[in-house]
This record gives sequence, C-alpha cells and structure tokens, in this order.
Amino acid sequence: MNDLTSDFIARLHGAAGPLRIRGGGSKDFYGNALEGEIVDTRDHAGIIAYEPTELVVTARAGTPLAELEAALAEHGQMLAFEPPYFGAGPAAETSTATIGGAVAAGLSGPRRAAAGAVRDYVLGVKLLDGEGHVLRFGGQVMKNVAGYDVSRLIAGSLGTLGLILDVSLKVLPRPAAAATLRFDLAQAEALATMNQWGGKPLPISASAWHDGMLTVRLSGAAAGVAEAAARLGGETLDDAAAARFWAALRDQRAAFFAGAEPLWRLALPTTAAPADLPGATLIEWGGGQRWLRSGAPAAQIRAVAAKLGGHATLFRGGDKSAGVFHPLPPALAALNARVRRALDAKGVFATGRR
Amino acid sequence: MPANHHYVPHPVSEDARSALLAELAAILPAEALRVDEEDTRPYECDGLTAYRQLPLAVALPADEAQVVAVLKACHRHCVPVVARGAGTGLSGGATPVTDGVVLSLAKFMRIIEIDAAARTARVQPGVRNLAISEAAAPYGLYYAPDPSSQLACTIGGNVAENSGGVHCLKYGLTVHNVLALRVALIDGAVLDIGTAAPDAPGYDLLALLIGSEGMLGVVLEATVKLTPKPQMAQVVMASFADVVHAADAVAAIIAAGIIPAGLEMMDREATAAVEDFVHAGYDLQAAAILLAESDGTPAEVAAEIAAMCALLEKAGASQLRISRDEAERLKFWAGRKAAFPAVGRITPDYLCMDGTIPRKHLARVLTRIAELSREYGLRCANVFHAGDGNLHPLIMFDANVPDELRCATEFGGRILELSVEVGGTITGEHGVGIEKVRQMCVQFSADELAAFHALKAAFDPQRLLNPGKAVPTPRHCSEYRLTGSARGLPPA
Ligand SMILES: Cc1cc2nc3c(=O)[nH]c(=O)nc-3n(C[C@H](O)[C@H](O)[C@H](O)COP(=O)(O)OP(=O)(O)OC[C@H]3O[C@@H](n4cnc5c(N)ncnc54)[C@H](O)[C@@H]3O)c2cc1C
Repeated sequence: MNDLTSDFIARLHGAAGPLRIRGGGSKDFYGNALEGEIVDTRDHAGIIAYEPTELVVTARAGTPLAELEAALAEHGQMLAFEPPYFGAGPAAETSTATIGGAVAAGLSGPRRAAAGAVRDYVLGVKLLDGEGHVLRFGGQVMKNVAGYDVSRLIAGSLGTLGLILDVSLKVLPRPAAAATLRFDLAQAEALATMNQWGGKPLPISASAWHDGMLTVRLSGAAAGVAEAAARLGGETLDDAAAARFWAALRDQRAAFFAGAEPLWRLALPTTAAPADLPGATLIEWGGGQRWLRSGAPAAQIRAVAAKLGGHATLFRGGDKSAGVFHPLPPALAALNARVRRALDAKGVFATGRR
Repeated sequence: MPANHHYVPHPVSEDARSALLAELAAILPAEALRVDEEDTRPYECDGLTAYRQLPLAVALPADEAQVVAVLKACHRHCVPVVARGAGTGLSGGATPVTDGVVLSLAKFMRIIEIDAAARTARVQPGVRNLAISEAAAPYGLYYAPDPSSQLACTIGGNVAENSGGVHCLKYGLTVHNVLALRVALIDGAVLDIGTAAPDAPGYDLLALLIGSEGMLGVVLEATVKLTPKPQMAQVVMASFADVVHAADAVAAIIAAGIIPAGLEMMDREATAAVEDFVHAGYDLQAAAILLAESDGTPAEVAAEIAAMCALLEKAGASQLRISRDEAERLKFWAGRKAAFPAVGRITPDYLCMDGTIPRKHLARVLTRIAELSREYGLRCANVFHAGDGNLHPLIMFDANVPDELRCATEFGGRILELSVEVGGTITGEHGVGIEKVRQMCVQFSADELAAFHALKAAFDPQRLLNPGKAVPTPRHCSEYRLTGSARGLPPA
C-alpha cells in the first residue's frame, strides 16, 4: 500500500515535455505512437476499500489487475467487463496489467456484449490533472449524477486527460453456473444465429466465431443455464477446456492472434453483414467486435467498416503512421480536442496516443 | 419563488430581445412561438414547483432545421436557451431562466425505427419513455430504464438526467442503455455522438452528455438499446418491524450473489400514503417493506424467489407475500411507482430528495432523517432504491404557511449534506438543477467545479445552454460558505 500522489505532483511540475503514464506496460502496443517521459504508476498500489455487499471496490491505479481480481474472487465477485491482461494472462508471474491501465485503455473482454464495457462499471475516479490538482469525480455509490460524468469519460482516454490515482468500480457476483456450447456454422449463419439469440432472454455471456465454428458461453443461475443449454443444443465443452478457451480469447493468446500480420479491430453493429475484406476473421460480442488479420490498406479497411455502420482500429502491429484510431469527422475531432484541453490546458498529458 | 436566485442573467438588451423575437417568428409558424404570458405560464416550472420563472418565449420547433435555426438565433443574440421535455424533472432542470427561451421538444414524438434484429430503437427526443417499450413489445423487447414517471417523461429528459428506475440495479441506468445521440450544440452544429457499434472512436462524449442536464447540447435523436423481455417475473413483498433489519436483508441478498431485478424499500409513512391511493395491499403494520423481484425462466425465478425468501426470513421479515400472478405483481409495483403522487395527495407540497448513500449507512441516515423531521416539525416519507442506495425522502410541507418552504428546503439540504458525509452523493438520478446547486459546493472542491466549467466551455463557451443550473460558480460557493452554510435558501 503506497500513496505516491505527491511524487506524481512533483513529476508534473518538473516535466519538460509530455508525460506518458504507464502501469505494467501490458498495453504498450495499443494506441498511437508512444511519446513522452514515463510516469510509472505501479508503486501507487493497493486496494483502498472493498465491501462485497456494497458491490464496490476502490483501488489505486497501480494495483495489479490479478491482485484485484483475486480479492474479488475470494468473495465470489468479479469485474464483469473482463478486462484483458494480454501477455501470458493473469496467472503468469509476468502478468503486469494494472487496474489503472485497464480503465485508461478502456478495453473489455468476452462478456462485454452481455454485461457492458469498462465505462459501464466506473463509478468514480480520483484524478491528477495537468496542473497538479487532485480531483474527485463520481464516487463509491452506484448512482450519482452530481456534476458531469468525468469518471466515465476517463475510461479509454489512454492517459491523455489526466492521471488516474484511484478508481472505484462496480463489481458483480460471479455467475453460479456456466456452460460452453459449440456449433458448426458459416460466418453469415453464425451472425444471423447470434442476432436471433440476442433477441431472446437467453443467458448468453460470451460468443466467438472463427473458421466455421461458433462457441457460445452461457452463465447465470444453474436452472437457467441448464434450460438454455438444452434448448440451444450443440456440443458441450468440458469446464476446463471452456475456461481455457475464454481466457485465451480474453488475453489474445488464442492461435488466431499469433504472428505478425496486422491485427484490426472492427466494431460494427451486430447485424452488419460479413466484412468483405481479405484476411482471417474472429468475431466476438454477438457480431459487435470483429477481429481481422489483414495487410489490406488502412483506407480500404476503414471504408468497409464505415459502410457497415462502424469503425476500425489498427489494434496491433502494422503501420501506425496514419493513426490507429478511426478518424473522426472534423467537428467531432475539434470537440474532442476542446474536451482534452479543458482537463489538461497545458498539454502535460498530450502524448497523442489517443 | 424566483428560480434564478444565484444566477446573474446575461444582460439581454431590449433591442436584442425584439430582434430575436422577430427572427424566431420568421423561423417558426405562429402556433409554435409563444410569447404572451398566458401561453408561457404553463412552462414556468417543472416538477419542482416551488421555483417558477416566466421565459422570454417558448419555441416549439417541429424539425431539426427549426431547432438549429432557433439555436443559432439565440446564440447570435446571446440569449439563454433551456431545453424542455415533459417537464417532469424534480430539480428545476427545465425551469426557464430570466430572459431566456424555452426550447420545447414536445413535437419530436416520432419513433424513427425499431430494429428488432439489432435490438435497438432510434427515437426523437420527445418520445415518452414508456412509448419505446410499447413499440418494442411486439418483438419481445423493451427499453429497460423505467423511471416511475415513465408514462410522461421523455427520452430527451431521461438522457439529460441519466434517469433510473426500479429495475436499474440489474439492467442499468440511462447511461448503460443509450448507444448514440444526435446532438445540436448552442452554435447550431449538429454532431453524432456514439454509434450502434460498440466503443465509438474518440473520448466517451456520450458519457459526458448523459446526465449533463441540458447544459452541453440539445438531444435531437437517441439510439437506445432494447432488452429481451424475460419469460416471467415475480416479486416478494417482505415486512419488517424496523428499517435496520430491512437494510440487513438487502445486504444479505447481495452477499448471497443475487442481483434481484428490483429491490425497493418503503417506510411506513410512504406505504400508508400509497395504500390509501392505490390499494396495493401493503402491510401497514410494518415499519418498512421490501419489494424484491426476480425475473427469468420459471425454474430460475422459482429458485431465486426461494433463496430470497429464506434470506428475508433469516433477516427477520415478519411477513412474506409472493405475487401470485402478473396482475398482483403489477399491483405491488403500482404502489411503489405511485409513491410520489400518493404523498402529493396527503400534503399541499412536498420536496423529493435524491441522495445516494453506501447502503451500510442506511440505518444511521434514516435515524437522522427522523430526528430532523422532528426538529423541523415536518413529516417525511422515505422511498428507497435499496439495491443501489438511492434514497428519496419526501419532505411534506405547506408553501402557504409562512417559513415552511424555507424549513423544508433547509431540512432537505441537511439530508443531502448527510449523504455526502457518509460517502455518498447529493443526487442519484434527479439531477442538481436549481435545487441542489448549493450542495454542489459541499460535494465538490473549487478545482473540481473549475473542471466542470472548463468542460462546459468546450461545448458552450458563452454559457447559454441552461445557465445557472447544476454547477455553481466558485464565487457563489464562497458566498454560501461565508454565510455559514451551503444549505437553505438565499435571502430574497
Ligand atoms: C412522479 C414522478 C416520478 C419520478 N420518478 C423518477 C424515477 O423513478 N427515476 C428518475 O430518474 N426520475 C424520476 N422522476 C424525475 C423525472 O421524471 C426525470 O428526471 C425525467 O427524466 C425528466 O424527463 P422530462 O422529459 O420530464 O424532462 P424535463 O423535466 O422537461 O427536463 C429535464 C432536464 O432535461 C433537459 N432536457 C429535456 N429534453 C432535452 C433534450 N432534448 N436535450 C437536452 N436536454 C433536454 C432539460 O433542460 C432539463 O434540464 C420522477 C418525476 C415525477 C414527477
């Protein structure tokens, strides 16, 4: 348990150029080119408050994600947005992901379509702004509309709006039961099936389609999971294999993610047709998140994604020079820039990563 | 009482006023521009009726081009604009400002599209909350957030307040169920924020807009998420001899890993008022009742209801009643949903508070509220979104009795300060508006308020959209602090 707030403030005041906030570096590959002097958050660590019956946990930014999730698991709870660890996953000695990094990256795992994204679970942040002020937004309660919702804005800001000192998150009970089912389906059929099931009150908590096979996870009360499994049919995966499958998907250790081919993330409406682009595809979130391994030109990939009603991010590898994120229309880009300056007028965190 | 007690209005010259009115008259048909007092009077307040203010004019545009033209005209003449939905807000969010224009979205009532396969609805801002669920019902879908005002309140208002409902513990608030917004800024620029695809690029401006109380932009269109209707639902009503045991029961249910579809508490003062009004069958002997709902398949519901009943009994419930059919389930909820109007029937006026607290402090907070009720000599009924800690004390008073409004406001202010003191917030879902702007000085530091103002300036540098609401200026806060307290009403 360490509170490094005053060290951070000193760093801020002494900074010659932009500061790049970094936890364990598990997501260094993500976002635009890295710039600036590193401010390491890992020593600013520790769970500050955790009350299982309040469904809220508050931790310092540098707290290892694995430590936080282990503390929740002891009480049968979890981070429902399943933030990815990347690397070798949570169990590994080498696991470096921190909760601050997970929130700042704004990435969610397989449960996203069913349970929501990181920002849906952020209840409050203690933020260090570019001037060295410690600001608290939101809080430790489930409902809070006092002031603008800055804490959710911080999710996904990649360290460009301020330094997250502490974060409070809503947690949920782990589902009592789970089952994983497999179906042989071509891409278009799999998409149609997922959308059809999505409209039914089924306890689907994750889905993944790749190479002719749709894998679906059900979670919830034992009775509901058993009924839904019986209704959907398919082949059942044993629990250990299922756990390995979803963990490998969450942390991108599945074979699909190996190799040097650029990895694109297409975020599309679930009902969008299969993207007509060269390269292998893995589909998650009932059709909402579609991974693509492709060396096709960025402009082509972006045009297809936009036509399908979504956007494309160059997630890993490839040529970042054109920017990894989908360009915004000019008026929206200008508004984003004004919002950035509103919280960091001096540009202390202007690393250009977002 | 004038609404804008702490707000220094933009000086609008006589010339600017008449020039603006002439421009508005050119933009809008005659019936869509109201300037005479008898026509603007219906817009002088929202659900917080203690504060009233006549606007300069009320504009009722019928399409996006008209909204944009109205905004541009107001922007050009530096005249404030207050967007308005159904006017059911409880914090004065839609209350007009001096010399300002009320921009009513009442004519934007079209459900543009229900995409059943994608489980989304695209609607205009004046569409009523319940109308979305009604339109989605043929597809087995509904819009989950269900404020008790859902028959009347609009999605534009819901977005502005980040409204919740009795099913929000499990299904989320407005912010969890809105995917995209089409928004007009004060200068007339129209932006699409968020997408039907997940995680739109750029900062999460959608999160910033939701709950921004009409101060950042005017919602022209919302794309919302639809949820599959569960096969069935059932509710247990549990009676408790004191609120402490009821609060323990809530904690026990959560600790057992259950997230009920709804988890609500009412104290005796509230159930008595409700029972008289809707005859929901509440136990009037109980100091507090809990409503705990389960939804899912019949087997799931049976298992969860059994588990909750066991926990409720163990926590000391003196009586349990399980809804026998859909009609009875709706009857149990009808009482809860009618709690505000029911209290409204037994008192000339009431103030509805909206603090959220960590649930573990419930007993302490309720005990203190009871003490304050005696101290001020004003009755108070408590309605509580128990699952998420959002407390609605309803302070009853009579505005015609000298000093009672002041007392009620001060009483309310102390409840809000207490909410902050125990680690909570002054508003869970009704917004700050005019009502709680003083307590913002208690909850936030000068630096934090400055950050809010800076964000506001990124959208609306001249502060023309709903000025004087929600975020006090540092100067006002220091005045409040100087006068000894942030609570109560200012001198007239
Ligand atoms: C009996 C009763 C029960 C209630 N129950 C609940 C409840 O259970 N949960 C809950 O959360 N609230 C509840 N409320 C409060 C209220 O209904 C909500 O705040 C609701 O969302 C307000 O919607 P409205 O259309 O009436 O908005 P209004 O009151 O007209 O406006 C509210 C705010 O929204 C802004 N606004 C309106 N339309 C737009 C737009 N298109 N663009 C930008 N800004 C806009 C206004 O400027 C204002 O700041 C209740 C109110 C009553 C009277």
